[in-house]
Amino acid sequence: MTKMEATRDGYGQALLELAENDKIVVLEADLGKSTKSLHFRKAHPERTVSCGIGEQNMLLVAAGMAASGYIPFASTFAIFTERAFEQMRNGVARPNLPVHLCGSHGGTHTGTDGSSAQSIEDLAIYRTLPNVTVIHPSDSVSTRILTKQLADSTSPSYMRTARNKTPVLYADAGDDVIQIGKGIELKDGKDVAIIACGVLVAEALKAADVLAEKGISATVVDMHTIKPIDSALIDVVAERCGALVTAEDHSIIGGLGGAVAEHLSTTNGTPLERVGVKDRFGESGQADEMLELMGLNAAHIVQAAEKSISRK
Amino acid sequence: MTTADELREVARKCRVHIVDMVYRAQAGHPGGSLSEIDLMTALYKTQLNVRPSEPKWEDRDRFILSKGHASPGMYAILAEMGFITVKDLESYRVLGGICQGHVDMKWCPGVDFSAGSLGMGLSFGMGTALAARLDGSNRQTYVMLGDGEIQEGSVWEAAMASAHHELGNLNVILDRNRIQNDDFCETQMRMFDIPAKWRAFGWNVMEIDGHDMEEIVEGLEFLAQSNDGPSILIAQTVKGKGISYMEDNPSFHGAAPNEEQYALAMKELGVSA
Repeated sequence: MTKMEATRDGYGQALLELAENDKIVVLEADLGKSTKSLHFRKAHPERTVSCGIGEQNMLLVAAGMAASGYIPFASTFAIFTERAFEQMRNGVARPNLPVHLCGSHGGTHTGTDGSSAQSIEDLAIYRTLPNVTVIHPSDSVSTRILTKQLADSTSPSYMRTARNKTPVLYADAGDDVIQIGKGIELKDGKDVAIIACGVLVAEALKAADVLAEKGISATVVDMHTIKPIDSALIDVVAERCGALVTAEDHSIIGGLGGAVAEHLSTTNGTPLERVGVKDRFGESGQADEMLELMGLNAAHIVQAAEKSISRK
Repeated sequence: MTTADELREVARKCRVHIVDMVYRAQAGHPGGSLSEIDLMTALYKTQLNVRPSEPKWEDRDRFILSKGHASPGMYAILAEMGFITVKDLESYRVLGGICQGHVDMKWCPGVDFSAGSLGMGLSFGMGTALAARLDGSNRQTYVMLGDGEIQEGSVWEAAMASAHHELGNLNVILDRNRIQNDDFCETQMRMFDIPAKWRAFGWNVMEIDGHDMEEIVEGLEFLAQSNDGPSILIAQTVKGKGISYMEDNPSFHGAAPNEEQYALAMKELGVSA
């Protein structure tokens, strides 16, 4: 039985493990119980700053602390980080202050709260900001490892985590396998390459099994870092497979699919099919129902793979 | 100890720099620079613990010009303090120049926050004040806000949070010059009883005449002595103060003088032709 955990739990665990560095501070906007920064708060209340329900203020309080030598990790729901986008742009990214913003409950997978809570554009907007690293890990282990790596960064970041549990993919992996900016080849196939991030990496692996039954050999890449995108790996799998699919619980505009398409536009014409939210809003539904409704599950990835191959 | 007369003379020199910069660039924000400059002169000369030869000294007091478009005022006092040279002022709004249109910590020594978008400086200042407390340092943070700026909702998020965290090392100076970009504040957004608003948010409040040096020095002493929570000095000022045709004139929020107006300004500031 595959172990199931939510990526937000990996984030909370990482903050606790980072706490031995007394420069680490945590900022909350009334959602620490949800983003999982609460574990840090319980252990280190003196280094946890409650900002109330005020995301704009939180981002810049973090910036002020970063400018004073601290390493702030600020979190709220992905959708509410967007309210502070200009603070992130002008007060964090522009002066290049190492503030680490985590948006939990990202994507339609977040479920029954409905469209007001389902951020499907966060990866796209943060990717437009100079200096900002954008990460969307696929499981709790990689979330923990990547979060800890961020503490050594001298630049700001945005990380999206998910509310609901997904399979643990990296039970035994460490820093040697999981590194910011390096995509991970989870399956090595020759007919089509599925480049996925976040909760859709597990769906991509399922899709590869279905494709194998049909005699199609698929590569699966966990592209946890959306920016800087691992363009060298895109080139390798595009060359080897000749057909690509991207898969993300995010708009097909501007996120992982957008980043890969932008890269391909400067290199070669490898066919690319983008699995993602097709320029629409979500609604209330269970996580699996949302993936089905939005066209994001393994079956949709299989269809996209076959279409991409047919365009070779 | 710097006397009030000496402070007035430094402020006069700063006013000359301000008009020079805006005239040379034929762009910029003279009105709010002239209204804030007496306050900033007194702050830098009597209270702010900084080292012009070591602008990144870690335990310096922080000064955050949240109304970052009023940058000529800040560049002027930085030049008078020796953080930058008077020659550097010629780079205002010039490609590659350290005096960017809006104050920028990545470009100019002595600038602690990259401003230019209103409503951000107080939150950043809350962060530097929290950091000082964690460090066990007595260093102070001073934030200069404009009165139009407090129409931004995020200012009140920061005001509420700073009082919640009892940040006695956080100090605001409000440049109440009564004019914003389009017109007088009262026509754009009535703000009613501003001191009462800050008191209601849990702040220590003092009101002064922002062009009376003796009152300013007294007000800054009030900020220095008030340590039980955040404090604000509400300074009644005149937009464009010191230049007759700019005073209380919304047209000079963001406009440069022409040649004739420049000559008159220099004359009024006691600069011989």
